[in-house]
Amino acid sequence: MNKDLLVYIVVASIKIFLVFSAVQIMIISMIWLERKIMAHMQVRLGPMRVGPHGLLQPIADGIKLLFKEDIIPQKANKLLFLLAPVMTLVPALITFAVIPFGDKVKILGHSVNLVITDINVGFLYIFAVSSLGIYGIVMAGWASNNKYSLLGGIRSSAQMISYELPLGLSLIGVVMLTSSLSLVDVVNAQAKLWNIIIQPIGFFVYATSAIAEVNRCPFDLPEAESELVAGYHTEYSSMKFAMFFMAEYANMITVSAIAVTFFLGGWHGPFLPPVVWFMLKLSACLFFFIWIRSTYPRLRYDQLMHFSWKFLLPLSLFNILITGLIMVLKG
Amino acid sequence: MIQYLPILILFIIAAGFAITNIGLSAVLGRRKPTAEKLSPYECGIDPVGTARERFSVKFYLIAMIFVIFDIEVVFLYPWAVAFKELKLFGFIEMLIFVGILLVCYLYIWKRGGLEWD
Amino acid sequence: MEAYLFYIMAAVSVTAAVYLVFEKNPVFSALYLIQTMVCIAVLYILLEAQFIAAVQIIVYAGAIMVLFLFVIMLLNLNIKEETKNALPFQKIPAIFMGIVLFTAICAVIKSKLLQGKQGEYTTAYVNSVGNTKLIGNLLFTDYLLPFEITSILLFVAAIGAIMLAKRKL
Repeated sequence: MNKDLLVYIVVASIKIFLVFSAVQIMIISMIWLERKIMAHMQVRLGPMRVGPHGLLQPIADGIKLLFKEDIIPQKANKLLFLLAPVMTLVPALITFAVIPFGDKVKILGHSVNLVITDINVGFLYIFAVSSLGIYGIVMAGWASNNKYSLLGGIRSSAQMISYELPLGLSLIGVVMLTSSLSLVDVVNAQAKLWNIIIQPIGFFVYATSAIAEVNRCPFDLPEAESELVAGYHTEYSSMKFAMFFMAEYANMITVSAIAVTFFLGGWHGPFLPPVVWFMLKLSACLFFFIWIRSTYPRLRYDQLMHFSWKFLLPLSLFNILITGLIMVLKG
Repeated sequence: MIQYLPILILFIIAAGFAITNIGLSAVLGRRKPTAEKLSPYECGIDPVGTARERFSVKFYLIAMIFVIFDIEVVFLYPWAVAFKELKLFGFIEMLIFVGILLVCYLYIWKRGGLEWD
Repeated sequence: MEAYLFYIMAAVSVTAAVYLVFEKNPVFSALYLIQTMVCIAVLYILLEAQFIAAVQIIVYAGAIMVLFLFVIMLLNLNIKEETKNALPFQKIPAIFMGIVLFTAICAVIKSKLLQGKQGEYTTAYVNSVGNTKLIGNLLFTDYLLPFEITSILLFVAAIGAIMLAKRKL
């Protein structure tokens, strides 16, 4: 093994370690923040008992879930029942590999790009990985041997595939402007002007379908408590239950990071260091998620499907045609 | 090629993390299974019939339409990347392609393929 | 290292394919098929065909397999029903055909048919321009007609799906 390769692997491992821990910390703090922000929006206090202002609540929750009884319902398909949370969490965690979170920095004479890996099909990688996330949910629903779970799983997968189309189409406008599928190129192209200004329709379609893609309110039909108990994770308990939640938060962070990368200028910004800018924009997107959740009521399932197929899909195609037309006219 | 190595490392770490979680909860959690506890949740009553029931054909239809449009989207990726070089020619080409699929879309709509009644 | 990765992925995908055939439960079969497809995508990456690898996962593993799973769950195939329908007299012709196919594949691999000349697109050139961009440039100029015909094929598929799923037309 030559020296360059070794350096590459070591640097990559350090970056992976940093990003992975940062995501874990963000997931843990999101659990607290979501409850706290929601509470304050509803004029409540939220968690207050564990630590100052309930700061240690996520840790208490984690310990509680770890020591909870591990229940596998009878007649459930044991292997798939155990595999489903893994199949949901892993795709959610590995999407971060292509998201640039800072500018090039010099460390010990080495120029290090602050992205785990810059592949020239980064954009396609994200979609490939996120399209595999569906199986965990379908399998959780099917393996549980519970009617609510099956309905939740099927609903959820139908919703995810319906919103995957507008999600993919909404970013094509940005790809046309950048002529590259590498996320580093996409960020570099936004040094002067953020894409949200050139692609407002694209951003609108992306933001809406991203919320639906991660099954968040107002599109949280799969886990609609009032009709499906908890959807595909009705039968899950202990850490396996927690993993579905980790996956949901990880997915939220991922789609927010993609929104920042494609539309909000990535790590570009004045005065502050790039990484700080990236984190600020990411936090703003995550706050938006919580804000939406405490503002809107849940949609009905037929409304949800109609909204994607009859409104977002044509709108995103229209956006691509308009972008193409303007680019052709401008030469 | 070498750029894909970090993805492999990340995948191994993520999978290891997930499996450790499953393992930990299996080891740490105490187990006192009873017949009641292990029966699937159905609002308190004993489960009726089988859980793996057949479901509406509409889901199949949605999946089928999704496959069709997903292939369309896949064609749009290389087109979008090469668009600056293809210019007007590429635009008209894609207009025809999307136009045909738009007719297809309207056909599905008119036939009620997108309805959830 | 690439060779090792190739052998590992090839072994995994062939094993998954074997399990896919012998598995009694159709849902597991579908999962093994997904595994095979993901392995094939990795093989494409080893061949420096990143775009095809991504499409392999997005379309096959991500879209078509969701359809498969839906159909399997929709029909709710039981293990009993499935084994009952197997036609016993298929076995002998099937084995015969399998042997013929296997010999044919071996013959093609052994012959010089697959060893063409190296084209103008070397790996270094493809990587410098970008795999996807090059495919875009070729697909939308030289291979224009097949591309446009694809849209009509997709249209036909849509008509078929509607006809199958709708009771009243």
